[in-house]
Amino acid sequence: MMNWPSSLLAGFVGTLVLTTLEAGAQQLHLTRMSIPYLLGTMMTPSRDRAKILGFLVHLVNGQLFALLYVVIFDALGEAGAWLGAVIGLAHAAVVLLVALPLLPTLHPRMASLHQGPTAVRQLEPPGPFALYYGFSTPLAVIVAHVIFGATVGGLYHFR
Amino acid sequence: MTQPPIEDYALVGDCRSAALISRGGSCDWLCWPRFDSPSLFAALLDDERGGRFSIAPVGAFRSQRSYLGDTNVLVTRFLGEAAELTLTDLMPVLSPEDQRRFLQPEHELLRIVSCDRGETEVEIVFDPRPDYARERPPIVSLGKLGLCVRVPRGGVLTLVTDAPLGPEGQARVRLRAGERLCFSLGFTSHDVAVLPPPGVRSFEMLERTVALWRSWAGRTRYDGPYREAVVRSALLLKLMQYVPSGAIVAAPTTSLPERPGGDLNWDYRFCWLRDAALSSRALFELGHRDEAENFISWLLTATSLTLPKLHVLYDLFGRQPGPEVELPHLRGYRGARPVRVGNAAKAQVQLDTYGEVIEAATYFVRNGGEIDRATAAMLIGFGREVARDWDDPDEGIWEERGPGRDLVHSRALCWAALQRLIELREKGHLPKAPIEEFARARDRIREEVETLGWSEQLQSYTRTLGGGDVDASLLLLPWYGYCDAGNPRMLATWRRIQQKLALGRGLFRRYFGKLTRGEGAFGICSFWAVEFLAAGGGTLREAQAMFEQLLGYANDIGLYAEEIDPETGAALGNFPQAYTHVGLINAALTIEERSKLFQSAQRPQPIPEARP
Repeated sequence: MMNWPSSLLAGFVGTLVLTTLEAGAQQLHLTRMSIPYLLGTMMTPSRDRAKILGFLVHLVNGQLFALLYVVIFDALGEAGAWLGAVIGLAHAAVVLLVALPLLPTLHPRMASLHQGPTAVRQLEPPGPFALYYGFSTPLAVIVAHVIFGATVGGLYHFR
Repeated sequence: MTQPPIEDYALVGDCRSAALISRGGSCDWLCWPRFDSPSLFAALLDDERGGRFSIAPVGAFRSQRSYLGDTNVLVTRFLGEAAELTLTDLMPVLSPEDQRRFLQPEHELLRIVSCDRGETEVEIVFDPRPDYARERPPIVSLGKLGLCVRVPRGGVLTLVTDAPLGPEGQARVRLRAGERLCFSLGFTSHDVAVLPPPGVRSFEMLERTVALWRSWAGRTRYDGPYREAVVRSALLLKLMQYVPSGAIVAAPTTSLPERPGGDLNWDYRFCWLRDAALSSRALFELGHRDEAENFISWLLTATSLTLPKLHVLYDLFGRQPGPEVELPHLRGYRGARPVRVGNAAKAQVQLDTYGEVIEAATYFVRNGGEIDRATAAMLIGFGREVARDWDDPDEGIWEERGPGRDLVHSRALCWAALQRLIELREKGHLPKAPIEEFARARDRIREEVETLGWSEQLQSYTRTLGGGDVDASLLLLPWYGYCDAGNPRMLATWRRIQQKLALGRGLFRRYFGKLTRGEGAFGICSFWAVEFLAAGGGTLREAQAMFEQLLGYANDIGLYAEEIDPETGAALGNFPQAYTHVGLINAALTIEERSKLFQSAQRPQPIPEARP
């Protein structure tokens, strides 16, 4: 039986940690990928508004992903930082190999390599393994998601 | 290839950063993301190694240029026998409403070249060399997304264009009448880049940027005969105000020599407190209240960080700049070494800065501002410093390196600082100011200046106490209310300055000294002379005649460097120089006030009573 309060707390803390790590990686010039900015520009072209809206959506997404992690913990009958980290690694692989390559198709304001920028689609696409956003981007994505998973796994407790 | 004369450059910017574009269509200086960031193009300081972004017709062309009306959009026309081209350069700036409507790169230099007549080849050279040309990262082609250069210490430079540029960043393109090419050079420091498509969007940005600048310039409150020069100077000042903080950079360049081929090469991409009062007056009286208040806000924040001492200069966020270092790998502008970044003057003592900051705060109050408790405590703290240290030697307004001197200008500014604080106290703005302590020190300063700072032999106020030289900065004594311009001692000083420092045709050197040997005329000193004449040191006609003579020293688009070569009229030193343009604005304002003397109120406006 899922422990909802623990799941929400683990998801909230995990998402904050993930967001902080991503922002830190940006400030250290390890990557220019900003998930809040990418999410926010789906809704508005305004840079400032996009960052705020994107951050809120990112928090909600984090909660949803944490729920998914908890479902896996429940299914396996165990939870913990190590298990969370392993799921985080798999999550990072899905992000890098599936989600980000799909982004130019899904994102209404993202340019594609084939078409080039248009009046509406002007955001730089991530490219293979999101390397357009910096050579360390794959590493930053993996580290951030592994720590997200470890945090969720570490904080989540069964009833 | 030799670098063009300094006056052959023009400035475009976005109030956060700026680029220098030569008459030949080459962007030879660009620092992103801020005025004081390491350069991306620095052909200005080394034409072989510095890097440039050039768009120019092949063959013999002469060029004419202008800003597009009252805007900071540059238009260069290349006129040849077989063809005529127009190159338009701008950094798009959008209104807050438009910023919400359009995706915008963090920084963008938009260049549009169109062929108006005939047919010609256009050569494009995109050769970025980040970090003052210490780096040469590869240009990566992203196919239809354009070219991309990863800047080693962070950020990415992108170029989206409809020109067929190869991965080496160079091309020759044939343009026929009616055809055009657009180039959007963008920079992103942290985020996902925005890649604006060339074409319709470029023209939309041009239109919106023009509208924004025109609207801003239209709010300039000056209807005298020199409106064109005043508005150009105001537009330049606006361009050099770093919007996120309100700081105004002295100039957007470093190491353009004050002495041709010489070593008087300094980094001016910082904010000097000595400019504070003059800049505040210029902005307030032109009606650009937001800019004036932002500047004073920056000033008070920056100075509060070093309370109660004032430093000579601060960076865009009010911090102390990094150390001054030389860049030996750059040959310098026309061989003038060394190229320096950072500025060692930050460690100097300049007592005049107290007068400048307090005078600027007084302008704020004169224009309806209120001093809060923290600012009041800060100003009183500055007053105490002045009352204690006014008789210390200092490096003064001209920052001459070496041992400090007892400079009369610094003393007079200390007098002005205390006098303004006393006036503010009397009007109820500084209820806790120790008025008697300040008045005692003020009176002692005046006594010293009137005895040791005046030479009977020279019949003039002198540069240093007991000295035998004059200094053009003495022309500011009436400006700070130390005495009237028509005061017999000031009139005698003016005669001596004319005799000793005038270089003819309205130009003046600042003083005679080790530092000034071989340098040109100092632009702002001439505008001080105009103000002195207009304020009562001469006739209105004399002031106007000198002012009109000085207008002739601007380059073809109305810009001034720090100095002017008295022989050739060429620009010397960092370019363009905010201080010179502030001098122009203030001189024009004082001429205008003098011409309306019988209708207008006294100047400066009186300090209003504090609100209860």
